[in-house]
Amino acid sequence: MLVMRGIVKQFPGVRALDGVDLDVRAGEVHCLLGQNGAGKSTLIKVLAGVHQPDEGTIEFNGAQVRAGSPIDAIRLGFATIYQELDLVDGLSVAENIFLGHEHARAGFVNRGAVNRAAGAVLARLGHPEIRPKAEVGRLSPAAKQVVSMARALSHEARLIIMDEPSAALAHDEVANLFRIIRELTAQGVAVVYISHRLEEIREIGDRVTVLKDGRTVAVGLPARDTPTSEIVSLMTGRNVEYVFPPRAAESPGDEVLRVEGLSSPGAFADVSFSVRAGEIVGLAGLVGSGRSEILEAVYGARRASGSVVLSGKPVRRGDIVGTVRRGMGLAPEERKAQALLLDQSVTANITLGSLPGFARFGWMDRAREKAEAQRLVEALDIRPPDPERPIKTLSGGNQQKAVLARWLLGSRKLLLLDEPTRGVDVGARAELYAVIRGLADQGIGVLLVSSEVPEVLGLSDRVLVLREGTVIHQGDAQDLDEHRVLDMIMDGRAA
Amino acid sequence: MSNPAEAGPHDRFAVRAPGPLAWLGETRHLGLVIALVLLAIVGLVTKPENFATTSNLVSILSLAATIGVITVGATFVIIGGGIDLSVGATMALASVWATTLATQAYGPAVMAICAILVGTGTGLVNGLLIAYGRLVPFIATLAMLVAARGLAQRMSDRKTQIIQPENSAIVDLSTTRLLGVPLLVYIFALVVALGWVLLNRTTFGRRTYAVGGNPEAARLAGINVRRHTMLLYALSGLCCGIAAILIMARTTTGSSTHGDLYELDAIAAVIIGGTLLTGGRGTIIGSILGLLIFTLITNLFILNGLNTSDQLIAKGLIIVVAVLLQRRNLKERAP
Repeated sequence: MLVMRGIVKQFPGVRALDGVDLDVRAGEVHCLLGQNGAGKSTLIKVLAGVHQPDEGTIEFNGAQVRAGSPIDAIRLGFATIYQELDLVDGLSVAENIFLGHEHARAGFVNRGAVNRAAGAVLARLGHPEIRPKAEVGRLSPAAKQVVSMARALSHEARLIIMDEPSAALAHDEVANLFRIIRELTAQGVAVVYISHRLEEIREIGDRVTVLKDGRTVAVGLPARDTPTSEIVSLMTGRNVEYVFPPRAAESPGDEVLRVEGLSSPGAFADVSFSVRAGEIVGLAGLVGSGRSEILEAVYGARRASGSVVLSGKPVRRGDIVGTVRRGMGLAPEERKAQALLLDQSVTANITLGSLPGFARFGWMDRAREKAEAQRLVEALDIRPPDPERPIKTLSGGNQQKAVLARWLLGSRKLLLLDEPTRGVDVGARAELYAVIRGLADQGIGVLLVSSEVPEVLGLSDRVLVLREGTVIHQGDAQDLDEHRVLDMIMDGRAA
Repeated sequence: MSNPAEAGPHDRFAVRAPGPLAWLGETRHLGLVIALVLLAIVGLVTKPENFATTSNLVSILSLAATIGVITVGATFVIIGGGIDLSVGATMALASVWATTLATQAYGPAVMAICAILVGTGTGLVNGLLIAYGRLVPFIATLAMLVAARGLAQRMSDRKTQIIQPENSAIVDLSTTRLLGVPLLVYIFALVVALGWVLLNRTTFGRRTYAVGGNPEAARLAGINVRRHTMLLYALSGLCCGIAAILIMARTTTGSSTHGDLYELDAIAAVIIGGTLLTGGRGTIIGSILGLLIFTLITNLFILNGLNTSDQLIAKGLIIVVAVLLQRRNLKERAP
């Protein structure tokens, strides 16, 4: 039904898709697998008409098609259900379902007809209990999922793309999702299903396509009986070479962080670990496994029960000011949204975390500020080496170095790094790795989160493997390999 | 500007001492200065006998002083990502409170302190509601605009309160001249200078830009975003209190009708001055230039005997044109 051949999509500095083939049959559930950054999201966006491919062809029912915009894609019969639901919370269920193609005459919406039609679609999905007039913002995540699907159905979609639809759902809700998927496929609708959970793929999937580094590495594997080991090695056999700095020769120092029984409902449960001075501890796990949330809780930026102790004294929740003063620092996941003042200079960004250290009675010592920024720019080799440049003119890797430089001022004891190499090109990564190891060598404890398993393994001294909010393995990084960690993450089997 | 990661070809930028951003800031002000010069030329051509006189220039500055002080506070609030609609009403309330017979009995110094305390207190209430009560700034200060005006009417019984002769020290601020310029213009200049220092040379100023530019980044960097937000509104209120003293000096009265629609003039001046309403960017100098442009327009219309309706239309156009020009500037210069 759908045949994609040689799809290439180039972004500035990255070749996100580098020759992807996909072949989906009518009435099947086709699973798309790949690690983070393999190109799944980009591929979906090409199908949804959000991105235009630079090369390659898309055939649908034997005819060559082009989805120039999201509306084109909908007209072709493609519907996409994104991981983050794209519903308007303030509108009713019915209004959401028919958003963009309202049953209207001369601009006036016929609310009765819309509500009846929405009720019919919801009934078809087996959810007559969701009232078309209800406000979407008040629905549960599972019900929102159903509304999203109803929207796809209302378009008479013949190909539905689902990006991790089960991520927000509880176990019994997943069963219901699968029932709906089976009904759809029985009517000849094709489903492209993306999930990291292998057991789901085995249950609902017909065939599997594996992506790696923007290429298709396997097409049409049988979903039920391809061995896990084969799938994992297809996903991991990578070309990219990582260069990691050598680990510290001396054993780590005193304990700087002790976390015990840390729990946050819906995110993670009963997490305990410690970080010692000069040690890098890595958290491996998928997006949504609770990694970032654990960092937030340790930083005091998230409500959680349990205890977090920084060099012998408990960390108070919600008191980031105090946490920073006592020597913790966070390089957050979303660099631009959570860490940078884009309009400001590199200097202003570096000194943001330690302004009082540069001031006497509030008066900034600008000469010293400048000198310190200059020193760090040179020490971390931030390029171009001009601390007065607006930070938005720097590349991602250099921006990240500036964020790290922020926490090199003052006496830091513990740094939390959330995806420190996201959006950083391969060459610059090696430099960042060296910088991070250098921090640890200065006696700072580092807690590292990364979606890239080789990065966690290569950089850390110890590793915690997370799956759905619980720690399923804790041990020396050198005792693990990528294969085993991925096995644990995807299959849930502790080593 | 192709690849920012390449160091080599950009090194020549590094040589220029103030850096490319400062240069951009200067040209932005250059546009405002040109606009001011053009307006002055219009004045010289249309009313050569009246415009360039000392008394006219002094009256422009006296007129600008009251809103000017408010504009300094408004600049801080807007750079910090907020908005303060209550400034005119806060000033009115401060002027009424400071001129009640009870307050006047204590003499001019207490009247001045009273105006400042009432202004700061009002701002502090705004700040508490916004920072800790999590009200949207627009709504909180809109409520304060209405309520403060109402309280001022109630206190004054809707009557204009005249400053008693024994308290004429307040009025002296506008009548006493130093080098031909009334004292209140010096107060205005002092507030601008202090505001500039606070914004550009202190941690408070840095935090203001940080909180307005990216509150989440500021929070995660260990800045107490709520407390800072509260202080910004208190600062705005403080400026309103100082402005109240100036308007009492100029009009010799305290009145609940003082400062009507000042919030619009202050916000307009800040916007014309190149401060983004979204926060994180802006300058005190720009705001003051924006205010002077506004005041000059008023002056030109009065000198030429044109009616005030046309004056309002002209001001509206100026706001739109200024913002459109700035947007083009930003686009061109942004990397």
